[in-house]
Amino acid sequence: MEEMADQQGLRKVLIIGSGPIVIGQACEFDYSGTQACKALREDGLEVVLVNSNPATIMTDPDLADRTYVEPLNREVLTRIIERERPDALLPTVGGQTALNLAVELDRDGVLERFGVRMIGVQRQAVEICENRELFRDAVESVGLEMPRGLFATTMDEAVRAREEIGFPLVIRPSFTLGGIGGGIAWNLEEFEQICTKGLDLSPISQVLIEESIVGWKEYELEVMRDHADNVVIICSIENFDAMGVHTGDSVTVAPAQTLTDREYQLMRDAAQAIMRAVGVETGGSNVQFAVNPADGRLLVIEMNPRVSRSSALASKATGFPIARIAAKLALGYTLDQIPNDITRETPASFEPSLDYVVVKVPRWAFEKFPATAPDLGTQMRSVGESMAIGRTFCEALQKALRSLETGRYGLGGDGTKVVDSRRLTERLATPNWQRIFYIKHALLEGMSVSRVASLTGVDPWFLSQMEEIVTVEGRLRAFSLEELPRHLLRRAKRLGFSDRQLAIYLGSDEAAVRGHRESLGIRPVFKRVDTCAAEFEAHTPYLYSTYEEECEADPTSRKKVIVLGSGPNRIGQGIEFDYCCCHASFALRGEGVESIMVNCNPETVSTDYDTSDRLYFEPLTLEDVLAIVDREQPDGVIVQFGGQTPLKLALALKEAGVPILGTSPDSIDLAEDRQRFGALLKELEIAAPEWGTARSLEEAQVIAERVGYPLLVRPSYVLGGRAMFVCWDESSLEEMMQKAVAASPEHPVLLDRFLEDAYELDVDALCDGEDVVVCAIMQHIEEAGIHSGDSACVIPPYHEEVRRHESAIREMTTRLALALDVHGLVNIQYAIKGGTVYVIEVNPRASRTVPFVAKATGLSLARVATQIMLGRSLAELGISEPKIEGAVFIKEPVLPWARFPGEDPILGPEMKSTGEVMGVGASFGEAFLKAQWGAGQDLPLGGGAFLSVHDRDKAALAKVAADLAELGLGLVATAGTAKYLRESGLDVEAVFKVNEGRPNVVDRMISGEIQLVINTPLGAPSFYDERAIRAAALQRHIPLITTLSGAASAVEAIRNRRGNHLEVRSLQEYHGS
Amino acid sequence: MEAILALEDGRVFRGSSLGKVGHVGAEVVFNTGMTGYQEILTDPSYRGQIVTLTVPHVGNTGVNVADPESAKPQASGLIVRSASKVSSSWRSEGDLDSYLKRAGIVGMQELDTRALTRHLRTAGVLRGCVSSDGLSEAEAIEIANSTARLEEQDLVAEVSCASPYEWESPRGALSGGPSEALGRGKQVVALDFGVKRNILRLLVDAGPRVTVVPAHTRAHEVMALAPDGVFLSNGPGDPALCVQQIETIRELIPQVPIFGICLGHQLTCLALGAETFKLKFGHRGINHPVRDESSRLVAITSQNHGYAVREESLAPELVVSQRSLYDDTVEGVTHRDYPLFTVQYHPEAAPGPHDAWDLFATFMKMMEDRRPLVFPERRQLA
Repeated sequence: MEEMADQQGLRKVLIIGSGPIVIGQACEFDYSGTQACKALREDGLEVVLVNSNPATIMTDPDLADRTYVEPLNREVLTRIIERERPDALLPTVGGQTALNLAVELDRDGVLERFGVRMIGVQRQAVEICENRELFRDAVESVGLEMPRGLFATTMDEAVRAREEIGFPLVIRPSFTLGGIGGGIAWNLEEFEQICTKGLDLSPISQVLIEESIVGWKEYELEVMRDHADNVVIICSIENFDAMGVHTGDSVTVAPAQTLTDREYQLMRDAAQAIMRAVGVETGGSNVQFAVNPADGRLLVIEMNPRVSRSSALASKATGFPIARIAAKLALGYTLDQIPNDITRETPASFEPSLDYVVVKVPRWAFEKFPATAPDLGTQMRSVGESMAIGRTFCEALQKALRSLETGRYGLGGDGTKVVDSRRLTERLATPNWQRIFYIKHALLEGMSVSRVASLTGVDPWFLSQMEEIVTVEGRLRAFSLEELPRHLLRRAKRLGFSDRQLAIYLGSDEAAVRGHRESLGIRPVFKRVDTCAAEFEAHTPYLYSTYEEECEADPTSRKKVIVLGSGPNRIGQGIEFDYCCCHASFALRGEGVESIMVNCNPETVSTDYDTSDRLYFEPLTLEDVLAIVDREQPDGVIVQFGGQTPLKLALALKEAGVPILGTSPDSIDLAEDRQRFGALLKELEIAAPEWGTARSLEEAQVIAERVGYPLLVRPSYVLGGRAMFVCWDESSLEEMMQKAVAASPEHPVLLDRFLEDAYELDVDALCDGEDVVVCAIMQHIEEAGIHSGDSACVIPPYHEEVRRHESAIREMTTRLALALDVHGLVNIQYAIKGGTVYVIEVNPRASRTVPFVAKATGLSLARVATQIMLGRSLAELGISEPKIEGAVFIKEPVLPWARFPGEDPILGPEMKSTGEVMGVGASFGEAFLKAQWGAGQDLPLGGGAFLSVHDRDKAALAKVAADLAELGLGLVATAGTAKYLRESGLDVEAVFKVNEGRPNVVDRMISGEIQLVINTPLGAPSFYDERAIRAAALQRHIPLITTLSGAASAVEAIRNRRGNHLEVRSLQEYHGS
Repeated sequence: MEAILALEDGRVFRGSSLGKVGHVGAEVVFNTGMTGYQEILTDPSYRGQIVTLTVPHVGNTGVNVADPESAKPQASGLIVRSASKVSSSWRSEGDLDSYLKRAGIVGMQELDTRALTRHLRTAGVLRGCVSSDGLSEAEAIEIANSTARLEEQDLVAEVSCASPYEWESPRGALSGGPSEALGRGKQVVALDFGVKRNILRLLVDAGPRVTVVPAHTRAHEVMALAPDGVFLSNGPGDPALCVQQIETIRELIPQVPIFGICLGHQLTCLALGAETFKLKFGHRGINHPVRDESSRLVAITSQNHGYAVREESLAPELVVSQRSLYDDTVEGVTHRDYPLFTVQYHPEAAPGPHDAWDLFATFMKMMEDRRPLVFPERRQLA
């Protein structure tokens, strides 16, 4: 194996990851980076990995020889290259981030200076794909077409292009991630708006103005090429949504369903020709096409010369590990030299054949961004996705929809009504996140397939399939459960209907439907994903359920445990939980126990067929999980690593007699149930903020009377602080209660005394029922009241007041964990105010911070927790509290404001961040600086700092302002704040507020005179003025800090940056491994 | 309407009917291609076989007049998981079910085609009977067992043309790829053992005049047409049965440049003394990797064969030029002394990838040079 690396003169390869999870770049690059690391190390190469995202599996110190959790920018990368001297750089597995960074390093001569070769792709190919003009030349050179289009770098040029091409027009800013700033213009107003923004957002101030092909069919081909010029197509993907909706926001289907062989082969030829014309020498690429449904005209849309979100999907859809193979090809292998792991006997130089249908459905988070219309366009908005496999499109579609966990148990018919009939036509014509349900509704109302097709642009074939679902739904409604003919029940199950949907049609309940169905002998079977449509034997148990005759699950008789995954990414439940699930699986295998993974998120490492012994790519609903349990008969099921998704099933699984490993579902419920938990705290004599539960405003007012303001109002049983608010007075209580009740109507609303200006802490601990090990105490930088997921947090605690209470916190953690009889992980949130430590929340399960703690301490918490669940003790495993010396670790959230330009970018009790980065340094300042860099905020060394704060914050502002002035920044403030600061002897320049006159503060920002904005919200609803300032900061990429503690941290970081040489260190060095 | 598939070993699958209501007995095979059902149905090489398609949704794009590979559907029967009731394609001129009904072909759907495929993979190709006309399981199994085996049927005679004709149609629209008319002014005689139209189209595109002659045409009759090259086509059934054709080819080899595909390849090898054998479950699909033994390049090919040439039996003058990466079987040979090359797979695709289209150009060059081929001169690096 090592011969290939030797032949190519390679010993050490640098891999760049994709950084934090953001919309458009998610877990799929953890999957690809992890595969690449493994593939290269198999060949004896030393791997150096850089990624700022600590929540990834790829940054586990076991996966690379040197792991740098450092910001992804040129300066840091240069330092790492200088230090590590790799022979080569593999930039194709870390998304656009890695590719752009690699191009920058190459262009600036860094690679040449240190003798680093780029493998997998050449700079020229990247540049061709990124530059529409060069790409168009390449496409036209092989006789293919692209939509007509013209570039513009000014509004005048844009107008000329518009006049030449005509409406509707697609506007795409150059070099922005995931199509940010792009859009479709149907009229002059939209045109001007999108062009202005696009020119601004493009780093080179360029937009492409193109002929609109809205409504055309959209396809993608995943292509691989080796250096000998063998080219294969791994997967064809057809978008259910027509052109005009970003692929990331489209329902997609594999394989393509509505092409004849002639058309498909032309597309295949085109993909190969483009691959060659662009000069992608080795690896995987993705080529997008549009096809005119009226005459088959084929247009090339774009190409990514790297592993992409679609390649992750294609890998999971086919069983062909694209990233792994791409890494091997980059080393110099040819496709026929690499075996197909699934069949073992055949090589990777073939094209997978599917005997099933795969459907991917995006998951959005529009509910968290109320100022943004939930419509879809060329800019990606979804935060996650689920994929399902079925033998037919209908089955896969319904499974994918119930995998989303949005309360939908299939294509409607589940008791949830989203459809407003009066808006039907409009909601069909405008792509939006609920459109699939509008389509269903239209078909139910009897609208013809051809009418729906012409309104939506969705191919009639897909619609006629959906019509079949609707027809069967109608038949089902005519029966009660007992009267339902067996053949109709079987037909419904074959169309993917869930028991829950059937219960609604049949006027029954889910359990009764299941019991009846099973009594009729209608049970799912499991089929294998084998890359070859059963032509060869599959050696990897990668399974999906369907209603057919023959089951291929072939369970073993080994000791086995099922790990339930976390489903689609969403805000509040993301890659952190996949990290934990993967570790559970690794730990099980390490203990000689067969690991069985269940998950439905195609982006993840957990859904790689080699992560676990067996993989079930299935929805995480009770029905689907019970079917697997029934088939496998596991010794236990692990529910505490996948976030809320498996936890929600815990009680029902237990009731069904399924052995739940670790902390009991009853303890989990105890911690979640305020009454029971309140009683426990009382018994343990542990302080908690005063609280109450209310179902109405009246009840809430009574509680407010008792507890006092400010009050934290939140619905129970919701994720990520959904509909959580701080009420400062009675007038806001009314409004907030309404929202909270709406968010979770079946559960009471929780009201807690809000601890203003308290220090907030997160603790992750392990408990085996006898002993407790506190793994880390994390101090939040932002004050209490900001969702812990949106707050930066620091290991070790950095404030004296907090440190004083560390031993008390350890002791409380121990008592709470033992009282809850935790077996595994527990996360506790504390607040310290006025010398008292309060417990805010206890979660006896894996928390969002587990991977961060693991990276900071070198202790693999999730792995140990799994061992505990298998009966090992902390003492036996020799686990003790990790010591952190000489380093500070900061986790910084990354927020999606740029994707939701209408939103006010302030933090609150509702979580909004999509991802996180880690900054590590010898001092707080250094760590914070790196954390800010990692999150994309480049703190200034000079220029103007604009300050505008809430009255409450004025006292603390003086210190920050003085520090900034000392560091050489000019202070700028509006009249009130300026006056206040001058009184403390500071030199401050006063500016107009937005509505006071011109030039006002926003003008100054636009003119480039402000390099830092510190603005703490003056209370909700915030003033128009503030919103304008924050929006301008976001648009101009001016670092924006909205809390005073954040501002103080920024001062530390700027001080550090002025004084110090940049240091980088690998995790292996930090933890001495 | 209910339908059953009964296999000769007694296994029965249940589903519903597709196409003509009736019953049919034939050898049951599977094809793993995800596109091209109309091409497959009309490929004369499927004569005498019931084809199972492993891709679940079939018929989505309907049927049209441009895609058939012969004048009519040729397969004995069609088995799919789910036949589309509607057709969605700008080229569609009708739906699959009516097409099968018009052609009198019995089909079946809604059965576990993956289970069937796995069964055929393990048990090997079996005879079976599809019935949608109410036969009992026992009756259907009986028919499966009494159906003539492929080795007992002269299928080539059924599918070959009755008299010679000129083929003039090029590939036309939606075919892709540039074609260089290297063979302009040349005369090719194509022996029709069940030739696919796309072969003829690709030949015409390469420039020569193409005369198609019936399978029973003798060598002297072929030579009387003054060919610059002879093409030996694909076709159905057991190659060893084509005694007369083998003799014809043996006589032609020293006289004229020859290019053979599939059955044409097998018959050529037989003519030079090799043996053929029946594969356990055949090669049928459009994703089969074939490596060129001298360039080491891999083409993804369209395949449809139940028999293969036994490598050990090859005459020393034949060189194995190409090989399957699935099971190492012979996928192509060239002759050391004569201008002759053949391939087991289908370079004309239809359905399938176009990776091996350049073999038609190779044939044209070989006619020009009239020298043995030094493989490969194909697939230039872009």
